[in-house]
Amino acid sequence: MMDAGPVEILISAILVIGGFFALVGSWGLARMPSLMTRLHGPTKVTTLGVGSCLIASMIYFPAMQGKYSAHELLITLFLFLTAPITANMIAKAHLHRQGRAIDPNPMDDIAEGLPETGVGTGWATFEGQAADRADPPR
Amino acid sequence: MIEIAVLFAISCVGLAMALNLWRLARGPTTADRILALDTMTINAIALMVLMQIQQGSAVYFEAALLLAMVGFVGTVAYCKFLLRGDIIE
Repeated sequence: MMDAGPVEILISAILVIGGFFALVGSWGLARMPSLMTRLHGPTKVTTLGVGSCLIASMIYFPAMQGKYSAHELLITLFLFLTAPITANMIAKAHLHRQGRAIDPNPMDDIAEGLPETGVGTGWATFEGQAADRADPPR
Repeated sequence: MIEIAVLFAISCVGLAMALNLWRLARGPTTADRILALDTMTINAIALMVLMQIQQGSAVYFEAALLLAMVGFVGTVAYCKFLLRGDIIE
């Protein structure tokens, strides 16, 4: 391995930051009291940790081994695109399972319902359901 | 120096996966388990990226990319199954 002092320090720092963020995200997933709070850890912090690891890999391979590839960019793009969609789908499934209540889990001592939207119409995810109910069953 | 940093990051991600496994086994609702599984997939991608830095080989790229895509599709399928009771309507 050739001696590239600053690059080596940079890669090491990004690696340590990435590992730390991945750990913090999963720690939040394990420690937070309810699903809506648990969603914050993995969707933001863990994504940032994986992004740091990918950036470190993106610097490491050209600088240390002279190999160039765009695979890391593909993975980064895909992860950063899909993380919000995943969180939205999980939150939506959770809301529909719990029936408009954000966290009715009695273990958590949190019983919060959906707030008013304040724009005249209701929550978009429940609008189609109301229309379905108005129609006669198929 | 990089070796120590990679080792630290790998142990952090491994511990993170253990925490995800705990949430997967424990999680009171099904959505919690789906979230834990999704986070585990993302951590597995991080582990693969770190492993290819450690070994200096670029073999794991395709596996990480595939895992990213398949993990997303799997999570969406689980959520659709929870919402509709059916994946392909």
